[in-house]
Amino acid sequence: MSVKRISTPLSEQDVMELKAGDNVLITGVVYSARDAAHKKLVELLDKGEDLPVDLRGQVIYYVGPAPAKPGQVIGSAGPTTSGRMDAYTPALLAQGAKGLVGKGSRNQEVKDALKEHGAVYFASVGGAAALTAKTIKASEVVAYEELGAEAIRRMTVEDFPVTVVNDAHGNDLYVEGAKKYERVAGEG
Amino acid sequence: MREVHVDTVRDHIRDMCIDANYNLGDDVVQAFEQSLKIEESPTGRNVLEQLIENARIAREEQVPMCQDTGFAVIFVEVGQEVLFVGGDVKDAINEGVRRGYTEGYLRKSIVSDPVERVNTKDNTPAVIHFDVVPGDKVKLTIAPKGGGSENMSTVRMLKPAQGRQGVIDFVVEHVKTAGPNPCPPTVVGVGIGGTFEKVAWLAKKALLRPLGEPNPDPFYAEMEKEILTKVNDLGIGPQGFGGRVTSLAVHIETHPCHIASFPAAVNINCHASRHSERNI
Repeated sequence: MSVKRISTPLSEQDVMELKAGDNVLITGVVYSARDAAHKKLVELLDKGEDLPVDLRGQVIYYVGPAPAKPGQVIGSAGPTTSGRMDAYTPALLAQGAKGLVGKGSRNQEVKDALKEHGAVYFASVGGAAALTAKTIKASEVVAYEELGAEAIRRMTVEDFPVTVVNDAHGNDLYVEGAKKYERVAGEG
Repeated sequence: MREVHVDTVRDHIRDMCIDANYNLGDDVVQAFEQSLKIEESPTGRNVLEQLIENARIAREEQVPMCQDTGFAVIFVEVGQEVLFVGGDVKDAINEGVRRGYTEGYLRKSIVSDPVERVNTKDNTPAVIHFDVVPGDKVKLTIAPKGGGSENMSTVRMLKPAQGRQGVIDFVVEHVKTAGPNPCPPTVVGVGIGGTFEKVAWLAKKALLRPLGEPNPDPFYAEMEKEILTKVNDLGIGPQGFGGRVTSLAVHIETHPCHIASFPAAVNINCHASRHSERNI
């Protein structure tokens, strides 16, 4: 299995070269945010205020980690279901976010916004959270500490394994992958 | 009557919360290894390898296999000759959950009110299912349930005329709709019969059965096999990236039902099919 390596922040060219189905290792900074943080970010945008993080070129990881044990950088940290972020995602892509990491299907509005703004949706392996935590080398809360597991964290990752699901060209691995391996009744 | 002190229950529950979240059952790890032999998709194989490695890290380093350490769903079978002493057994169970989730560095994922949504910060309260059985023992089972897979659950009141095929079509269609969301490869719990609430409970209960153990009734064992084949023929594959292994097992539990009714339910478990069991 071939693997591409990319570093954050992502450039226009990085994004355009990624195709649905690519296995990718991400190195650099990613920002964690899930439901509650997304809601707060979009509320700020609605009020015309600045975000606590400059999202240009950045990757957002939908994760609410387990608490760190003594000596750990972070507790287990796998992805949560992305669909719950769909309502907020186009607004954050308009702010320049270039990559999203989660698990599960996105709606059509998100897929269209990925094409429009030139961005990519990756999935990491849901439930492989102890393994993923090992690729996170540093983590600090940068906004909304009161949200606990849902706070926005600036995480430094090294070779964080993800797979491209929706690329900037309109391809969807969830649709194409299942089609490729589907067996219709009556087939061997 | 045999007296059982509620502190004993509390201490077991504490340990079980941690055990279930750190140590994935051998039956599930073996199912991953079996799946590697039949998975044709390179990306799917890579996912399965990551899951095997993840389970090893969690067990060796004693950390949660998934950051979503779940809703503490607890089944308590109480022998009718048991007398609980020393306090309220429900409070003791919740205290055990509180200690387990706090002392085990498990994520606290419960909000006190479904609409207001304020985190209780200790993962209580648990969902507790009591049952009274003959004898003087207490059997405790905990199945921490992740939100992602729980959200992909459903109950449908089928028509009796739909029969065996109706249930099969309903389950396969539902797994297809769930797609990548419940973290495949999944375990599919199916309840058939009873009433609206009973059938959902059966689907949940079906997830407790060890993988590789078919329904004792050959009729339902055959149906489990048929649904599993159909589900895997969907091509969803590990994590929904496409592949042969969408589910590791299909478990059916049944109950007699009303002449007018034919309820069916699906409760999906992600691959982190966690449980821990103790007898007192």
